[in-house]
Amino acid sequence: MKYVDEFRDPDKARKAQQQIHRLAERIMQCRSGPLLLMEFCGGHTHTIFRYGIEQLLPEAIELVHGPGCPVCVLPRGRVDDALALAQRPEVIFTTFGDAMRVPGSRQSLLQAKTDGADIRMLYSPLDALKLARENPQREVIFFALGFETTMPSTALTVLQAEREGIENFSLFCNHITTAPTIEAILNDPDMKLDGFLAPGHVSMVIGEAPFAFVAERFAKPLVITGFEPLDILQSLAMLLQQILEGRSEVENQYRRVVQKQGNHPGQQAMAKVFQRNDRTELRGLGSIDHSGVRISDPYARFDAERKFPLPGVTVSDPAGCRCGDVLKGLIRPWQCPKFAESCTPQQPLGALMVSSEGACAAYHQYADVQTLKIKRQQASVADPGAH
Amino acid sequence: MCLGIPGRIVEITDAENSMALVDVSGVRREVNILCVVEEGKPAQEYIGEWVLVHVGFAMSHLDEEEARHTLQLLEELGELQEHLS
Ligand code: SF4
Repeated sequence: MKYVDEFRDPDKARKAQQQIHRLAERIMQCRSGPLLLMEFCGGHTHTIFRYGIEQLLPEAIELVHGPGCPVCVLPRGRVDDALALAQRPEVIFTTFGDAMRVPGSRQSLLQAKTDGADIRMLYSPLDALKLARENPQREVIFFALGFETTMPSTALTVLQAEREGIENFSLFCNHITTAPTIEAILNDPDMKLDGFLAPGHVSMVIGEAPFAFVAERFAKPLVITGFEPLDILQSLAMLLQQILEGRSEVENQYRRVVQKQGNHPGQQAMAKVFQRNDRTELRGLGSIDHSGVRISDPYARFDAERKFPLPGVTVSDPAGCRCGDVLKGLIRPWQCPKFAESCTPQQPLGALMVSSEGACAAYHQYADVQTLKIKRQQASVADPGAH
Repeated sequence: MCLGIPGRIVEITDAENSMALVDVSGVRREVNILCVVEEGKPAQEYIGEWVLVHVGFAMSHLDEEEARHTLQLLEELGELQEHLS
């Protein structure tokens, strides 16, 4: 496929790998302790595991898999709210497939569908609008999820509904924004990151400027990164180059897609339809200022939360889950006592085990689970005080 | 959820609502192209362009020149190493 195969070329990958090793070696001459680099985006996590990129890296580099997986940070209480909407008899509840298996406090959407709720998986929010057109006597609710990559698509769908005068369409809005989430990670006193791979498709919408604070206020290098294996390797080399030279800048590796200013029509649609929340609860990360958005007042009639009553109850994670610590990079997935025990991709306890973009599911799918379990047991023998 | 697929605009189906058929690896899909067309420029002029498609919306152009440039940088990375080693 155009611009895909070229970025999977093993020969170029080898060269990039060698460059990474060389740079890391030079950096490690004057520091101790591993270099902690976070890929924020679940799409990057997926590429990293699928192509075994961690195995190509020197030991000095540790990749921390960040919280940029929208279903992974969806709080259980919000899943319960989605279920309450989906169980209303007049409602057709529509969602991307990724969200179907996220556990709420009692059920997932998939279980509710099996029990008879009218829940449909769609490829695009435009398909939900089509359903609303075809079913004027029903209310079609779209489960709006995701960072800025998906926000323009839902915003434009609402604007289209307005133009057509469609009244039986609404969003259950759970969109979250990237920069405040990265800022919360950087403000965490336990955090010791040395640099970021920033999400390429979020950047394609919002541009480079919203990431400037990472370099300027927190003095961390950041590279906007594409999603093919070579993109990741090249970006890692760019991060290391910055670290070696003592620079902290926003650099763009993904120039074939990301323009400095982002996508203007997308930004305009978002600004019309959404407004920032003061605080939003992210699963595992707690409450973050200005990270979430809701539907702005002029578009209130497209807001499922204002059309229907919701339980709106906050539900904490099941006891023993370490999802938050994994999301913040404080532990690796296999160090969670539930990993591959009571939490598996078939029966996920935490959301990180649900989506192929979640760190726990990625480890479970691509790493040798038995070896990881043994590693955990050995670690707890060596340090019985640890979880 | 945040992944996009490259595709090529092959036909404008509804200029008023910015809808087009995009060929994504041989499969034709109806996609909204509002985010990649300039105001005032007829949608027809975008036929043949490569775009990145994401949940039913074309969100960005694929810039051939930049793609080549990025690949070129990767190539040079290798040459630099051969030179050093
Ligand atoms: S193994 Fe399950 S419970 Fe543990 S951190 Fe991962 S998703 Fe959460």
